[in-house]
Amino acid sequence: MQVNEKFVPTIVAFCCNWCSYAGADLSGTNRLQYPANVKIIRVPCSCRVNPMFILRAFQRGADGVIICGCHPGDCHYTTGNYYARRRMTMLFSMLDFMGIERKRTRLEWVSAAEGAKFAATMNSFVEEITSLGPNRRLEDLRCKK
Amino acid sequence: MQKIGVFVCHCGTNIAATVDVKAVAEALGREPSVALSVEYQYMCSEAGQNMIKDAIREYGLTGIVVCSCSPRMHEATFRKTATAAGLNPYMVEIANIREQCSWIHKNIEEATEKAIILGRTAIAKVLLNAPLTAGESPVVKRALVIGGGIAGIQTALDIAEAGYEVDIVEKNPTIGGKMTQIDKTFPTLDCAACILTPKMVDCAQHEKIKIYSYSEIESVSGFVGNFSVKIKRKARYVDETKCTGCGLCTEKCPQKKVPNEFNMGMDNRRAIYIPFAQAVPKIATIDADYCTMLKSGKCGVCAKICSVGAIDYKQQDQIIEEKYGAIVVATGFNPIKVDKYDEYAYSQSKDVITSLEFERLTNAAGPTSGTLLRPSDGKHPHTIVFIQCVGSRCTPEKGKSYCSKICCMYTAKHAMLTREKYPDTDVYVFYIDVRTPGKNFDEFYRRAVEDYGVHYIKGAVGKVVPRADGTLDVQGSDLIMNEQLHIKADLVVLAAAIEPDKSARPLATMLTASMDTNDFFTEAHAKLRPVESPTAGIFLSGACQGPKDIPETVSQASACAVKVVGLLAKDKLTCNPCVAHSDELMCNGCGQCANVCPYGAITYSEKEFRMADRTTKMRRVAYVNPAVCQGCGACTVTCPSTAMDLYGFSNEQIMAEVDAICK
Repeated sequence: MQVNEKFVPTIVAFCCNWCSYAGADLSGTNRLQYPANVKIIRVPCSCRVNPMFILRAFQRGADGVIICGCHPGDCHYTTGNYYARRRMTMLFSMLDFMGIERKRTRLEWVSAAEGAKFAATMNSFVEEITSLGPNRRLEDLRCKK
Repeated sequence: MQKIGVFVCHCGTNIAATVDVKAVAEALGREPSVALSVEYQYMCSEAGQNMIKDAIREYGLTGIVVCSCSPRMHEATFRKTATAAGLNPYMVEIANIREQCSWIHKNIEEATEKAIILGRTAIAKVLLNAPLTAGESPVVKRALVIGGGIAGIQTALDIAEAGYEVDIVEKNPTIGGKMTQIDKTFPTLDCAACILTPKMVDCAQHEKIKIYSYSEIESVSGFVGNFSVKIKRKARYVDETKCTGCGLCTEKCPQKKVPNEFNMGMDNRRAIYIPFAQAVPKIATIDADYCTMLKSGKCGVCAKICSVGAIDYKQQDQIIEEKYGAIVVATGFNPIKVDKYDEYAYSQSKDVITSLEFERLTNAAGPTSGTLLRPSDGKHPHTIVFIQCVGSRCTPEKGKSYCSKICCMYTAKHAMLTREKYPDTDVYVFYIDVRTPGKNFDEFYRRAVEDYGVHYIKGAVGKVVPRADGTLDVQGSDLIMNEQLHIKADLVVLAAAIEPDKSARPLATMLTASMDTNDFFTEAHAKLRPVESPTAGIFLSGACQGPKDIPETVSQASACAVKVVGLLAKDKLTCNPCVAHSDELMCNGCGQCANVCPYGAITYSEKEFRMADRTTKMRRVAYVNPAVCQGCGACTVTCPSTAMDLYGFSNEQIMAEVDAICK
């Protein structure tokens, strides 16, 4: 039997500039800990997240992808998060169909005031991905250098 | 060949304590196309910025990456630095290694590794950055103030004094807000009306100020410098231009049983009313919920009696549209409803009242003409118990988690005034802590205790039980003496927590301004930009941003006015150049991008294209108006042919970031 090293997942978090990125900053300001394997990409709005980015992340070896945006009704651009919600609902179910477990993808609403929620969300997401183990389903070896 | 400069900031020990900044600078220095990689104690300081400027000039850098605090903090600073050294400001990327790395991780190894990856990600992105030029948009030189309380009044007066037009939209028939209901103000004990009403009159008489009373915001569109606002002028069934405010109608109206909100429902007003004698504008309003003429068509007394013919039963709500350069939110606060605090028997006994009701009971214009009488039997109360922190500093299920800030002081004021006017009255105050951090505040509280003999008891009240003899049994504990108390009280006053006005939440949605979990508006920066919302062009004045007393509200209101004037003084604003753009060669004119654009920034036009076989062809293509586009990126994802892309956050750039993270 193969003895594994402790599995440390790679996690990509897309955060909208107005709410969730500020929420992530706030969790930093409040010194709320979450694992270092979460890396944040700043986007203007959750509706800027192209499904292609998520596929790319999984191809490149990400183990989980989370998208955070403003709460419904609070989008800085009024309706962006509604588009994100629809797109991600479609994409996540399709990914599930392709064998990327539903738990590897997540869409969360985190406001600029919810630093604690941001940290809690990241902690629970990392825990979930760690228990799922590495993602190999979409990983394209040609993409890996 | 690109030359990237990497600048790693220690931020004192904020970053350097958990991230090995030297190792980060070294690792990033080994990245291809990085010409230099250095670390410094404070990159944002003048010396740090000069270091960046010198490096840009010396190495001919084509882009820079600053590994420091959040871009929300200093992106603008470093963009200015780059511009000063002749580099396009949009060739700057920030790797957030403070808020999103050093502050949230304790393990140095992990944090350093993460900082390196974040740095690489920023390098990957900056390599694909394009120099951008910001466009300009004009500024409408007029401000809108939403809410006509003391905050709104002060902001409007200051803006108007600086020479700009201001409109105040107030949902009530008069401006003045909560301060009109207050009797005296702490810590100087001057009369609230005496200092507020002159300001209200100033507003009404100022040539630059227009008051839309009894009006609400219907919708808001546009952006900083150019907002378009629809205002609903609610039908008051009285012609504002004709009404002289004589008040005859309010005396003759036969509908006498309308709870008077100005006196907290402790007496009645008529269906046609002027809220109080000093109302501004002093115009009668018909309350459609109670007017018999409006409800059943029978009455018409006010119309008969009005000598100027101002009554108009057929008046309709009217929507007007105005343009503004800046919007000030001054929606204020309300005391919470205390009905759910059953232990204090608020709904069981008339003699359990809130502090604002107490305020009316002691006010000369109140229901008792300023004589303190029990609401139940109209007798003088001889023992009064004040209970503090009702709903403040509470569990979120039960009340508000925050301190309402003003209650300690107004309770001391109430206690002191009661003892002064009625020395035979015993006054008890139950408190958790007494918080008096303001100029002359603690002295004031000590006067209440030492000179006026108010009994302050540290402890909570468990229960208030109405007795058959009309008294109230207040059961509480004294934590200092460690004993249980039973006080036979005639009147119990609850210092109810304050919460943002209910209109604030829907307004925030219209303005796309963010709020905290308690529905207070969030400021752009808690310390450095306290009167601005993160949404450009939206400013915060008064208690809509957090609990505040009057002096604090007024200072914030004036600060807010200065920020507004600063904006209105500009003729042109630089736009955000990170907007969408369409590749005409790829676009097939399908029209999906315009469907998702919340700003209507996308239009289509027929364009002539030269084909490979030298023929020409007319094709419909999308065009994004950069002055209108706000850069959300909804269209870029919708576009089926990937013709649409966003400057500053292009597909390529985000993909490169993903790659760098997953490497």
